[in-house]
Amino acid sequence: MKHLNLILTLALALASFACNGGANTEKQAKAATESEAPAKTVALKPDGVGVGDKAPEFKLKNVDGKEYSFQDIRDASGDAPRGYILIFTCNTCPYAQASEQRIINLHNKYAAMGYPVVAIQPNDPAVQPGDSFDAMQKRARQMEYPFLYLFDEGQEVYPKYGATRTPEVYLVDKSLTVRYHGAIDDNVRDEDGVKEKFLENAIQAIDKGEDPKPATTKAVGCSIKTA
Amino acid sequence: MEVFTRPMPVICGFALILFSCNAAPATGQGQPSAKTPESTQQDEVARWPKPVTTIQGIPVYEEFSQVEPFFHFDNDTTYVINFWATWCKPCVEELPYFEELTAAYEGQKVRVILISLDFPRQFESKLAPFVREREMQSEVIALADGRYNDWIDKVSTEWTGAIPATYVYKGEESRFIGNSVKSMAELEAVANPLITGNKR
Repeated sequence: MKHLNLILTLALALASFACNGGANTEKQAKAATESEAPAKTVALKPDGVGVGDKAPEFKLKNVDGKEYSFQDIRDASGDAPRGYILIFTCNTCPYAQASEQRIINLHNKYAAMGYPVVAIQPNDPAVQPGDSFDAMQKRARQMEYPFLYLFDEGQEVYPKYGATRTPEVYLVDKSLTVRYHGAIDDNVRDEDGVKEKFLENAIQAIDKGEDPKPATTKAVGCSIKTA
Repeated sequence: MEVFTRPMPVICGFALILFSCNAAPATGQGQPSAKTPESTQQDEVARWPKPVTTIQGIPVYEEFSQVEPFFHFDNDTTYVINFWATWCKPCVEELPYFEELTAAYEGQKVRVILISLDFPRQFESKLAPFVREREMQSEVIALADGRYNDWIDKVSTEWTGAIPATYVYKGEESRFIGNSVKSMAELEAVANPLITGNKR
C-alpha cells in the first residue's frame, strides 16, 4: 500500500482539546420514521458464489406453506425449468418495492419460456417485523404473486450465496450454475428510466447458449437485516 | 489500491488520543464551510464540485461524475464519505456517529460528507426536513444518479451496493466499510490511522 505520511507526529501534537458540551446528540438520536427495531447489517461475504459457481441448494417454505428446493420448482408448463431467476427481495425495502411489478412481469414473461422467478426473503423478522412470514403471505396474496416467495427462515441460504442486499438477482441455469449475478436492470429506483435490462438480456443469452454480457452488475439496495 | 479493513480488529490506541466535543454549528451548505485549516480549504474551494441545484440548502448533483472530485481531493485532509438514505434504517441509526466524528474533529483536517441516495422526488419532502430537524452538522449532499452499475465500482470495487457504505481516504490511502458502524469509536478506529498517519 501507500506510505505518504510520516510528518505526523505533528498531528499527534494537536491532540488535546477542550470540551464544551456536545449538546446535539439527543436530537440526532431521534429514531427514523421507519425504524421499529435496531437493525444490524451484514458484512461482505467473501464466501459467496459468483458467476460460474454452483448455486447452493436450499429447501425453503413458500408463502403457500409448502417447502421448495430446485427439484420441486416447475415452469409455467409444469416442466422442469430451463433456468431459475433467483431474486433475494423483501416486503420492506423501498428498492424492492420499486422492483415488485418488474419481478411480477419477469415471471409472467419468462416462466412460460422455462425461467420462473423464485423470490427469497432473507431478512430476519425479529429485526425487520415487516418481513415476517405472515407479512410475506399477506403481500403475496394482495399482489397475487405468480411466483414462489420463499422465506429464508434462520437465514441460512443467503449467506451461502453471499447476497448482501435486496433486491439482488442470481440467474441459475438448469445445471444449477450461476450465470448472471446482480441487478434486474440499470435503474432499480425508477422503471421508466431503464435503458438496459441486464437480467432479461442475460436470460436471452443463456437461452441461446451464450454467456451473458455483462454477467455481473451492481446496484444500490437495502442491506440484508440480521440480528 | 483498495485497502479493505474490517472495522472490528482495527481498535488501535490512537483512537483514544484525539478527542474533543466542540459543537459550533456549521453555516452554509454547498460550499466547504470554514471549519478546516487553510491549506485544505484552498484545495477544496478550488475543486469543490458545484451542485446542479440546491433544495432547501442541500446541494443536489445529478450525475456521479459531478461528485467524483469528492473522492479525489489531494491534500492532507481525511475524508469520510458515507452513502445513506432517509429510508434506510441502519443508515439512519449510524448517522449520529458520523456527526460525532464531525464534532470531535472540528478545526482539524477531517471532513465528513454524507451522500444521500434518497429518491429524488423525496429530496424536498423527506431529505431536507430530516437534515433540518436533526440540525446535521456534517456536509450533506444529495446524488440523483440512479444508474448505479455505472459508478458503484468507482467508489470501491469492494462495495456490493448495499447501504450504508462508507469510504474513508486521505491522499492515496483508503479504507472501505461495507457494513454499518455501531459506535463512534468503531468509525474512528478506521479513520484515525489515516488522520494521524499512523497505520497501526
